[in-house]
Amino acid sequence: MTSNAESLIPEETDIYEDPPFGDRIRSLSSSSLKTLRSNPNLLIGSTIITIMVLIALLTLLPTHSIVTRHDPQELSLRERVDPPSSTHWFGTDALGRDVYSRTMHGSKTSLYVGSAVAILVTITGVTLGVLVGYNRVADNIVMRFMDGMMSFPTLILALALVATLGSSLTNVIIIITIVDTPGMTRVVRAVVLSLRERTYVDAARASGASTKRILFFHVAPNTLAPVIITASIYFGGAILTEAALGFLGVGTPEFIPTWGNIISSGRAYIRIGFWIAFFPGIFLALTVFATNLVGDGLRDVLDPRLRGQE
Amino acid sequence: MTAYIFKRVLAVIPILIFVGIATFSLVHLAPGDAANIMAGDYAGPDDVKIIRAELGLDKPLSTQFIDWVSRTLKGDFGKSIYSGKTVAELVKTRLSPTISLTVMGGIFAVMIGIPLGVFAAWRAGSRWDRAIQIFAALGISVPGFWLGFILILGFAVYLRWFPVIGYVGPTESLSGWIRSISLPVLLLAIHGSSVIIRMTRASILEVLREDYIRTARAKGLGNRAVLFKHALRAGAIPIITVVGALAAGLITGVVVTETVFTIPGLGRLVAETVQTRDFPVVQSMLMLLASFYVFINLCVDLAYVFFDPRVRL
Repeated sequence: MTSNAESLIPEETDIYEDPPFGDRIRSLSSSSLKTLRSNPNLLIGSTIITIMVLIALLTLLPTHSIVTRHDPQELSLRERVDPPSSTHWFGTDALGRDVYSRTMHGSKTSLYVGSAVAILVTITGVTLGVLVGYNRVADNIVMRFMDGMMSFPTLILALALVATLGSSLTNVIIIITIVDTPGMTRVVRAVVLSLRERTYVDAARASGASTKRILFFHVAPNTLAPVIITASIYFGGAILTEAALGFLGVGTPEFIPTWGNIISSGRAYIRIGFWIAFFPGIFLALTVFATNLVGDGLRDVLDPRLRGQE
Repeated sequence: MTAYIFKRVLAVIPILIFVGIATFSLVHLAPGDAANIMAGDYAGPDDVKIIRAELGLDKPLSTQFIDWVSRTLKGDFGKSIYSGKTVAELVKTRLSPTISLTVMGGIFAVMIGIPLGVFAAWRAGSRWDRAIQIFAALGISVPGFWLGFILILGFAVYLRWFPVIGYVGPTESLSGWIRSISLPVLLLAIHGSSVIIRMTRASILEVLREDYIRTARAKGLGNRAVLFKHALRAGAIPIITVVGALAAGLITGVVVTETVFTIPGLGRLVAETVQTRDFPVVQSMLMLLASFYVFINLCVDLAYVFFDPRVRL
């Protein structure tokens, strides 16, 4: 029970159709190991992502020689397009740079873009979604605008925005956030619309709670489950979009190694040096695969409707 | 029913107006001067002036907008800054490969995706189901441009079954056309069918839990009759939604696919003109592809009317 308003309701009335989110999280954390074991998707996915995060963190350390072995920017014209060897595990690229070090450093950029977009989209989406779910006028204006934005295929809209704003790491993050916001807003809005009809919201209002209080303490916390699931999907999606923009040659500039722009630079050397594009691609595919597994796993754990059916 | 169709078709108008305004604003959203950006780093002040005059950027905003709307409505989409060709010309020469790829990719995606999705739902929990689900999960996760690279590496560079890059029109040589689009179509079909498998499986699974399926089984209908007469008919309705998702996937996929396989189509045109910041072409392509996408979604919604009696009420 989070407030006095709710404790006024007699225990025997069934005010919740499903257990409140707080209980779900508590049961999740108290038996997180059990949850992980019972849900192999979540286990495998989160293990892979943890490894990627560790790699990214290690590249940030001043003594990052264990993960990177070479300076990712160090040119070596004598060792151009060398195949994988004991010194260059993933070979070297057209400028003699170590592909292994570049790939490891690329994980940093990808995870940064993924988490930045997931956090920003959550902020914009929840704010707009709660606002339009509770205000008719705002609903009409904002949702028409969102419908309009959703009439563009996402990558095409992202490309057009890149042409306008120019390509830099920050711009890539801003652009993917703009493109993903309508989807998150829709998810939150749908949840808010169904929540505001619940008995406990009526009870809170009857006990004199202000709209602001109802929104922040009763409605917003209950949107968490779908928001977490959607954010985890956008995390992977952002990594993929960033890489696609990099591959198309309009994403993050080349002096910041990302999986997308390393693959792009290796495309021309497919006959003599497949390793340049091959290895970063495996990391990219693994990471996106892992986030999809986590997204599916979280949905099974957090969405009781689906859990009940299994 | 007619009222619904009428309302749905009318709803397209504000969306298209939004698309138009958003597309027009693109040039003016650019930080600094769009004419400067388009002219590039080596342009002199005269070049910038010429571009500005050519695009009408020196006129007041309201005049520019009215000019742009009236030109667009007449079907005049402007000229490319770099090649000097009109957008209509560019689109015309590049239409054939894109249509080949999207139509063939879409057909194969549906032909692979729907049967596999239905089968996975029908044998839910089995080894086949798991295998199909893993295929779909990989198809969604593995980035298209990298998978395309692997396909070229395996089938074109090592096995030499297909050309590495390029496109041959069907009127030039039919066998050349098939060889040149095989790998790109395969790539589009893998991704498209993965999306379809997941949606189809989920929708058929939901139908199989319905009471009337239990009734059908209880009255002694065989497996086959339950699947084809009861489950598929009801499950077909959400599957129409797949077509909308597929259209979005194909439009996005074709940009990446045409870049990987160096095919001179509309997708490659988008990627190239974004790189060179050739605004008139980027704007027209954005307008064109968005309108196409809106049109497909309209068709999907209208298809519901015919397949789902609930919408008619």
